[in-house]
Amino acid sequence: MPTSDSSTITVSVWRGSAAGGKLQDFEVPQQPSQTILDVVTWIQRKLDTSLSYRFACRVGMCGSCAMMVNGIPRWTCRTHVNKVMQNRHITLEPLRNLPVIKDLACDMSEFFEKWKRAQGHFTGSASRNEKVADISPQSNKRQAANAAIECINCGVCYASCDVVAWNRDYLGPAALNRAWSLQNDVRDSAQQKRLQAVAGDAGCHLCHSQQGCATYCPNELNPTASIAGLKRMTASDFLRRKYRQRHA
Amino acid sequence: MLEIRLYLAQRISAAIMAPLVLMHLGLMIYAIQGGLDASEILGRTRGSLFWGVTYGLFVIAVSVHAAIGLRNILREWLQFRGLMLASLGWLCFGGLLFAGLRAVAAVVGTP
Repeated sequence: MPTSDSSTITVSVWRGSAAGGKLQDFEVPQQPSQTILDVVTWIQRKLDTSLSYRFACRVGMCGSCAMMVNGIPRWTCRTHVNKVMQNRHITLEPLRNLPVIKDLACDMSEFFEKWKRAQGHFTGSASRNEKVADISPQSNKRQAANAAIECINCGVCYASCDVVAWNRDYLGPAALNRAWSLQNDVRDSAQQKRLQAVAGDAGCHLCHSQQGCATYCPNELNPTASIAGLKRMTASDFLRRKYRQRHA
Repeated sequence: MLEIRLYLAQRISAAIMAPLVLMHLGLMIYAIQGGLDASEILGRTRGSLFWGVTYGLFVIAVSVHAAIGLRNILREWLQFRGLMLASLGWLCFGGLLFAGLRAVAAVVGTP
């Protein structure tokens, strides 16, 4: 068991695979402006090269380095050690609600699969020969789309969501936030199809507005508000279609 | 589309319940402050169409709202699905409606 002094921190890292695992302690020297990702990289380079984790950009753009830090989902490249350390100790685990591949790397397949199920891709209606769409940045729709658009797919909201934990089919906050952004993009031509996709038994109506996603989103987005928007949009679309059917 | 229907039913029942809850709380405070006993309260409610409709509506809204909430708990915490989930949801609704309307009948019905 390693012992820590004033210049080191004890880091408990979850080691294992889908079959199971446990925490392993490492002693890491503390550095000025050190991030959690710096700590993990130091362990992997200096102490145990078999440690698996995932990162790419290191500057909060790619969304690949998210982990549970002391039980809270965070982007580790922008999380400073001195802000989250408790009694010179940090616990690092793979993201909650996702299957583990090995150590701190989890399988994001279901996360991106749900993104696709929610029709989270832009479907244009204009060709390159047509004039560029003239959209006012001040319009309500564009502002709603912009408010939700800066998602980096890090999976922090997905890991923080209790509804995902309770119902594995639930599309989750990231996919629904993306759907809301596209529903407010006036250039998109698949809005009816997307509304159907997010209104199903695993869609937006399962959200209890607990706001874990909004609390922990590193880009300070509010997926709960986006999901509330989808609930209103799907409900009014449902009533409108019922009315049309009756009066057709 | 079941989820949209349940969502609408729960929102509409909540909108009905909100003023009725305030009315019910106000009424209880008024009755206690005024020192009304059970027989005096029953004297005012028995045979009253107004109180029958008001509390009948309250009971229906509560039954719908609570049954949908309990259905969510059964699905998320106990992982019930399909026919079992639907049956228990309807059972919650029926049980609350029966007990509530029975109470309303006791308060507004004439002996």
